Amino acid sequence: MIHKYKLGGYNICLDVHSGAVHVLDDVAYDILEYYEEKMPAEMPQNILDELSAKYDREELLETWNALLELQEHGLLFSPDDYEQFADLMTKAPIKSMCINISHDCNLRCEYCFAAKGDFGQGRCLMPLETAKKAIDFIIANSGTRRNLEVDFFGGEPLMNFDVVKKTVEYARSIEKKFNKNFRFTITTNGLLLDDEKIDYINREMNNAVLSLDGRKEVNDRLRVTPNGKGCYDTIVPKYQKLVAGRGEKDYYIRGTFTKYNLDFTNDVLHYRDLGFDQLSIEPVVSDPKLDYSIKDEDLPRVFEEYERLAQTMINSRRKGDYYNFFHFMIDLNQGPCAIKRLRGCGCGNEYVAVTPQGDIYPCHQFVGMEQFKMGNLNDSTFNNDMKLDFAKANVYSKENCRDCWAKFYCSGGCNANNFQYEGDIRKSHKTSCALEKKRLECAIMIKAALSEDSDDMECDGEDCIAPC
Amino acid sequence: TKHIKTLNNLKE
Repeated sequence: MIHKYKLGGYNICLDVHSGAVHVLDDVAYDILEYYEEKMPAEMPQNILDELSAKYDREELLETWNALLELQEHGLLFSPDDYEQFADLMTKAPIKSMCINISHDCNLRCEYCFAAKGDFGQGRCLMPLETAKKAIDFIIANSGTRRNLEVDFFGGEPLMNFDVVKKTVEYARSIEKKFNKNFRFTITTNGLLLDDEKIDYINREMNNAVLSLDGRKEVNDRLRVTPNGKGCYDTIVPKYQKLVAGRGEKDYYIRGTFTKYNLDFTNDVLHYRDLGFDQLSIEPVVSDPKLDYSIKDEDLPRVFEEYERLAQTMINSRRKGDYYNFFHFMIDLNQGPCAIKRLRGCGCGNEYVAVTPQGDIYPCHQFVGMEQFKMGNLNDSTFNNDMKLDFAKANVYSKENCRDCWAKFYCSGGCNANNFQYEGDIRKSHKTSCALEKKRLECAIMIKAALSEDSDDMECDGEDCIAPC
Repeated sequence: TKHIKTLNNLKE
């Protein structure tokens, strides 16, 4: 299977099952228009005749042979050998956990999937004993995995900061005994940040996700306090201080774009103006009936904006201004292994979320959906049948995914979105799929554009992937 | 090559 498209002045071809990415001239692109599966050894006369009206015959035959060479080396129309790994390899120990340390929040963001902080379960904070049980649970269920990840989430985690600190201290006190290495993340709206918390986060948290929707008027329209006041002026200086002390550790400024700011490139550029360089802004996923929701009729405008953002990033990098946009990150040489791509995000299988009451759910987006409660830390219950069901929800068990060109990049999409909007974790949420495909096309196009700056179209020998 | 540039091991 191949996927080819034109974007930004480039003809791009992705060979789905090898992962090879080719930039084609018009001759090669037009030849491939005739093929969805393997090319024959000889160029068919009818294709040669038809394309001869547009191109020189010698050039056509030369290009045909170049394409054929790629095919012979498994870099074009390569076969799908991966289904054999799907069920065999997807079952995995739990190695990652979202601890909902707070089901309370000091903001009332309109689009919040957590029902403005309490996940519809009443406002409360996680007791330390429950947090310790969560740490014990992940250690006990992580098998031979060494790297374990915990994200402090909510609600607003800083509303229960003392328990955050004591949980980290507890995990650190026992990790060596069990040969584990905890990596902590915290996701915050920033309101309660102060010098002490900033120092702590920069010392103890491997990643910090800082919520901000972009320009002041955009952020303050939907990210409001209980009395309706915006938060931009309060949080931005705190984020700037935190990031200034972050050193080499990861962080992301993370926002949500809605129908109200489909010009979200301007919000990304605003992040940059504020001095941030690790950036993420995601489309709101919400009931289409809501005013701020992105609907199918908005997709062409969103696609146009992703293209504008991609071109803006290319222009910036060519001027020496580097910033990273999370959803355009793609490593074409050393990305995740095929097994990881089959497992996907790990929701319900490698990854679970825990509530202040000790309830266990497949991920932070399933919290509050009773039919997806997997167990409870306090009574030591855990539904392994549900875990296995999630483990088997891979790209080969999802009807719309198995023949999709993007399957090894989105890995089957978000099970929670699938369930909420399509009624089944195995039915792809069409809007999310369309957005993901567009982001991938843009990400690969950026690679194509920047490759022009780093080579002169000559083979560089040692790393060459096909014979010269 | 003149017509194709390959930019980048999934099977492996």
